[in-house]
Amino acid sequence: MREYLYYPGCSLKGVGGPYEQSLLSAFSKLGVKLTEIADWNCCGATAYMSVDANMAIALAARNLAIAERSDGQDIIAPCSGCYLSLTKAKAMLEQYPELRAKVVGALGQASLRYTGRSNVRHPLEVLMTDIGAKELKKLVTKPLKNLRVVPYYGCAILRPYKAVSDPYAPTVLEEMISLAGATPVDYPYKGRCCGGMLTSGVQTVGLRLAEILLEAAKSAQADVIVTTCPLCHYNLECYQDKLRKSTGKDLGVPVMYFTQMLGLAMGLSEEEVGMNRLLRKPAIAGVTA
Amino acid sequence: MDLARTIKYEEELDQQFAERIASEPGGEGIWDCIQCGTCSAICPVSIYMDKTPRRIIGLIRAGFKDEVLSSISPWICTSCYSCTVDCPAKIKITDIMFVVKRMAMQEKSYRRFVIPDIEEEFVKMVRKNGRLTESKMGIKVARKSGIGNLLSMVPLAWKLMRHDRLKLFHTERMTNIDELRTILEAMETGPRVTLPAKPSVVPTGHHQEVTA
Repeated sequence: MREYLYYPGCSLKGVGGPYEQSLLSAFSKLGVKLTEIADWNCCGATAYMSVDANMAIALAARNLAIAERSDGQDIIAPCSGCYLSLTKAKAMLEQYPELRAKVVGALGQASLRYTGRSNVRHPLEVLMTDIGAKELKKLVTKPLKNLRVVPYYGCAILRPYKAVSDPYAPTVLEEMISLAGATPVDYPYKGRCCGGMLTSGVQTVGLRLAEILLEAAKSAQADVIVTTCPLCHYNLECYQDKLRKSTGKDLGVPVMYFTQMLGLAMGLSEEEVGMNRLLRKPAIAGVTA
Repeated sequence: MDLARTIKYEEELDQQFAERIASEPGGEGIWDCIQCGTCSAICPVSIYMDKTPRRIIGLIRAGFKDEVLSSISPWICTSCYSCTVDCPAKIKITDIMFVVKRMAMQEKSYRRFVIPDIEEEFVKMVRKNGRLTESKMGIKVARKSGIGNLLSMVPLAWKLMRHDRLKLFHTERMTNIDELRTILEAMETGPRVTLPAKPSVVPTGHHQEVTA
């Protein structure tokens, strides 16, 4: 049985709840065991890095050090922001020996050992690489026929570490959409910023970025946008009413997680993948409107 | 009539500024910039910045410390890393934006507005609980961006609660917060981590007067 460590991050325990629910259901259906990292802490996101870099790296590294107590399983970090923070911390500790010495010392004060042996991975990449499109396709019992899907990657799993797919022309999400029986639409903004934290801080800028993405999805006549990140999901899903009021345009498009899409295609129920927790449900056969 | 000088004398510039940026992890590439402007072109938010990323880098190298540290540009940066992967000189521009933000915070020379406030609140909450509670953070952010904004978020919050994605009185926290505090305190003691100085190409500035 395949086993991974699971780093949920704060969002999956909150607004990103449907992501956690569908991820756990889909992996369990695949017979893959996920073990939540014991007493994990916040990855630091971008905010901690803006205030104190050394502490931001130590914060992320504590999770990596706890993961090292296991038998060397890879860490799955579904939130793209967490994925990037953990990956970045690992890369920086590799690149800067001065920083590493300090962080290793600080973790040592808490009896934690850091060697850098844990790999941090995004579930999209794990599903498409470790399990593979061929295996996944065999498990698709309810293909999502005639569903036009926007493959939206966002930033953090593409840049700057390029771990999930080619940062300029990624295709792995399109492959997953196709194997689920749906149709990936050609979408020029698949790696363009969703607005990030600006949607809550500086809405004139943040909401404009979300508007650009939603408008393009509309004109591509998409039935649903599929995301890989809870912040992208929130930004694209939760401001549609506000944008309709401020722009006068109909920008209403359902937004769901790729794990929900895969789960439904594998025959999981609407409840099991948290479809009822979306603010706007896509028109999929078997999913109540 | 009160006239202000718009030109800086060279001696008013901070010649050590670029070296300080270069000594921070991620800032080491600052001297490799060829001022091509690829960063500003690819940046999805440069059209909202007071100084484009290319300009920020140029200003750092020329020693315009006050202008850079008081710019809103690094705070508008969403860290999408488009500039970093596209930079032909392989400069970690996003990381340089982070370095500038940190310096501006340390020197308290940043422009007070909602974004730096959010970052500080975020750090406070993580230091206290080890994790972030999105609902509480959301309320803090909305309050800081004005009462109108706070009220406009109410319908959304209600919707999210009804969809079991927001709990009003729940606080997300880790168990062993003391362990995390030990680590963070150890990071605060002793000298800050800086990179070993490497010989840099100092720009030959012969100009008597320079403008930002």
